Amino acid sequence: MELSLATRSVEEHTVLEVGGEVDVYTAPRLRERLVELVDSGVRNVVVDLGGVEFLDSTGLGVLVGAMKRLRVANGSFSLVCSKEALLKIFRITALDQVFPIFPTIEAATRGSDDSALS
Amino acid sequence: MATVRLSFSPAPVHVRTARLVGVAVARRAGVAEELLDEVRLAIGEACTRAVALHNQYGLADLVTVEMSDSEAYSVRVIDHAPIEASVGLTKLPPDELADESLTEDALTTGVGFALLAGFVDDLQVRPVDDGPGTEVRMVWPVQRR
Repeated sequence: MELSLATRSVEEHTVLEVGGEVDVYTAPRLRERLVELVDSGVRNVVVDLGGVEFLDSTGLGVLVGAMKRLRVANGSFSLVCSKEALLKIFRITALDQVFPIFPTIEAATRGSDDSALS
Repeated sequence: MATVRLSFSPAPVHVRTARLVGVAVARRAGVAEELLDEVRLAIGEACTRAVALHNQYGLADLVTVEMSDSEAYSVRVIDHAPIEASVGLTKLPPDELADESLTEDALTTGVGFALLAGFVDDLQVRPVDDGPGTEVRMVWPVQRR
């Protein structure tokens, strides 16, 4: 399935809903969208991985890149993910210790205030 | 013994095709259903690595994926990049993953290897027999019907 990207606002957060396959072919589009958001002044980003069917190292690299950009800009970055297959990928790569990962958008928008990247 | 061999030009768009074929052959070979997500991810990572190496060295040579179901399900992903490009299996610690100085490419490479090592119990990375290049060999058990 092709990559799908949609943004919406939830309180002071911008939620980027990602769907489909995030791989070496589609990850550049995800990177572009995240860079656009940061460049347009968005500072609190929640990436919802609920619709993601496949995520590889290229996609993970893009997510880390976005988190670093927001850290420099004093913003916050968090992920929403409850799929065990994806959570296992974060555990194996130790990225579960790098990203704030929440089970729901509600928890992310509430919790990322506390875990804002400094 | 049945073997399926797929060769593709080193373009990211073809990695998905390799994943799809690899999983289809795995299913046919009798790899357990619960392992298929890992097979898909591992084949994708090995092919992504090969495509990145060919692009890094400006090589138009085809990347080859060879799948065989004799005894177990084995997949070989073969590139033709200089052997010194084949870094070992390294897992980056969390503090390095978040480090500003680590480039996205370096992070992706490290994470890719962590995924291969984490998802494939039987994994070998070795030089190809003829000419430059490396072979990533992955093996999964099959359930005989």
